[in-house]
Amino acid sequence: MTNQQVNQSTSQLLYTLQIADNALIIGHRISEWCGHGPILEQDIAITNTSLDHLGQARSLYQHAADMFNALPAEQKNTLFTSTALQTKINKGENIDEDDLAYLRDSWDFRNVLLTEQPNKDWAYTIVRSFFYDAFNYYFYTELQKSKDTVFAAVAEKSLKEVTYHLRWSSEWMIRLGDGTDESKARMQEALDNRWAYTGEMFEATEADKAMLAEGIGVDLAAIKTKWMQHVTTVIEEATLTLPANNWMHSGGKECRHSENLGFVLAEMQFMQRAYPDMEW
Amino acid sequence: MPAITTTQVYDWLQQVTDPEVPVLTILDLGIVRDVRIADDEVTVAITPTYSGCPAMDVIGINIRMALMSRGFKKVHIEQQLSPAWTTDWMTEDGKRKLKEYGIAPPVRKTSDNPLALFEDDNIPCPRCNSEHTELVSRFGPTSCKSLYKCLDCKEPFEHFKCH
Repeated sequence: MTNQQVNQSTSQLLYTLQIADNALIIGHRISEWCGHGPILEQDIAITNTSLDHLGQARSLYQHAADMFNALPAEQKNTLFTSTALQTKINKGENIDEDDLAYLRDSWDFRNVLLTEQPNKDWAYTIVRSFFYDAFNYYFYTELQKSKDTVFAAVAEKSLKEVTYHLRWSSEWMIRLGDGTDESKARMQEALDNRWAYTGEMFEATEADKAMLAEGIGVDLAAIKTKWMQHVTTVIEEATLTLPANNWMHSGGKECRHSENLGFVLAEMQFMQRAYPDMEW
Repeated sequence: MPAITTTQVYDWLQQVTDPEVPVLTILDLGIVRDVRIADDEVTVAITPTYSGCPAMDVIGINIRMALMSRGFKKVHIEQQLSPAWTTDWMTEDGKRKLKEYGIAPPVRKTSDNPLALFEDDNIPCPRCNSEHTELVSRFGPTSCKSLYKCLDCKEPFEHFKCH
């Protein structure tokens, strides 16, 4: 590989992790509702969407692992600083989807902060899903045109699933926003609190910029307009008020996370860390 | 081992059923995308219905078992993501079997007329055929199904989503 190829492949790998980490972390967060949903049908619905996210994450992690394994050894050592993963890399072993999910610490994760925020109650969960599903819908619509054939295939497949997710979360926004005084107040509170996590989805990292230039990635500025349009329409229909503040949290896409991610990983990775290489 | 044709392999695959919807074979579902034979080696390309469908691993194992029991020593299962699976590939026979089983089959070809974001299909009841039905939940016991109830015969039923 030439230096230029190594740089391109590294950007593509980090870009893949941004997408896959979003899918894994939101998928894990909403799976926490399993057995606790407000009614049986919704318990089933939310865990179904969780499975979709997890399936999307798996395809992308395997793609990232394949890219990683093809890199020259010296480059491999510069990408992660998680001890468990690095130990495996130092042995010269190939890594796979499971290593990326289970052996990285929070500082090697690139998901947006929105996805790792706690479920709190049904209103907070719905608002978080709604913001994210709307993003995912427009993101995968564009990613279908990627020059990376794996991205294009994952996007084509995922878009069908994400369409159900967006319908579902948009309907809940309207049902609860335009519901009782209690449900409306809770939705508005969740909206006000989670709003400041939406800006990061559209912030372009170096990987975002490099992949857009290569025709592999998505133009985040372009989908922001569409996202805003959908979000505004639904929020109006839900008789809720779009928060006026424009200050936004960021950092997740560059591995600076809130304390919440540590708790997600502690639960998700416990078995694999306590009993390395276990399978069942 | 005598020469085996792909037609023969397809006949055997027709006996492998979906573990979640056992009235459907994997050919009825339209998830088998390709069969290739080279000497004593057979490759079956399948496409997942949904990204996270837990039945896919079981289906892979069942295909392997079915072909190994017929003498193949090397069976490869390939996952193919594109083109993405659609219920348009479900056979007419498969739809008939679904309805007899009590699951409302997909009613529309998704490729020619996709739904608008908040548009819904009208799903007839598989028991009394009434179109007077109501969506209960977009997600059923498996990703591929949603839940409805019939407002005439009052029976709840599952619908295999148009995907």
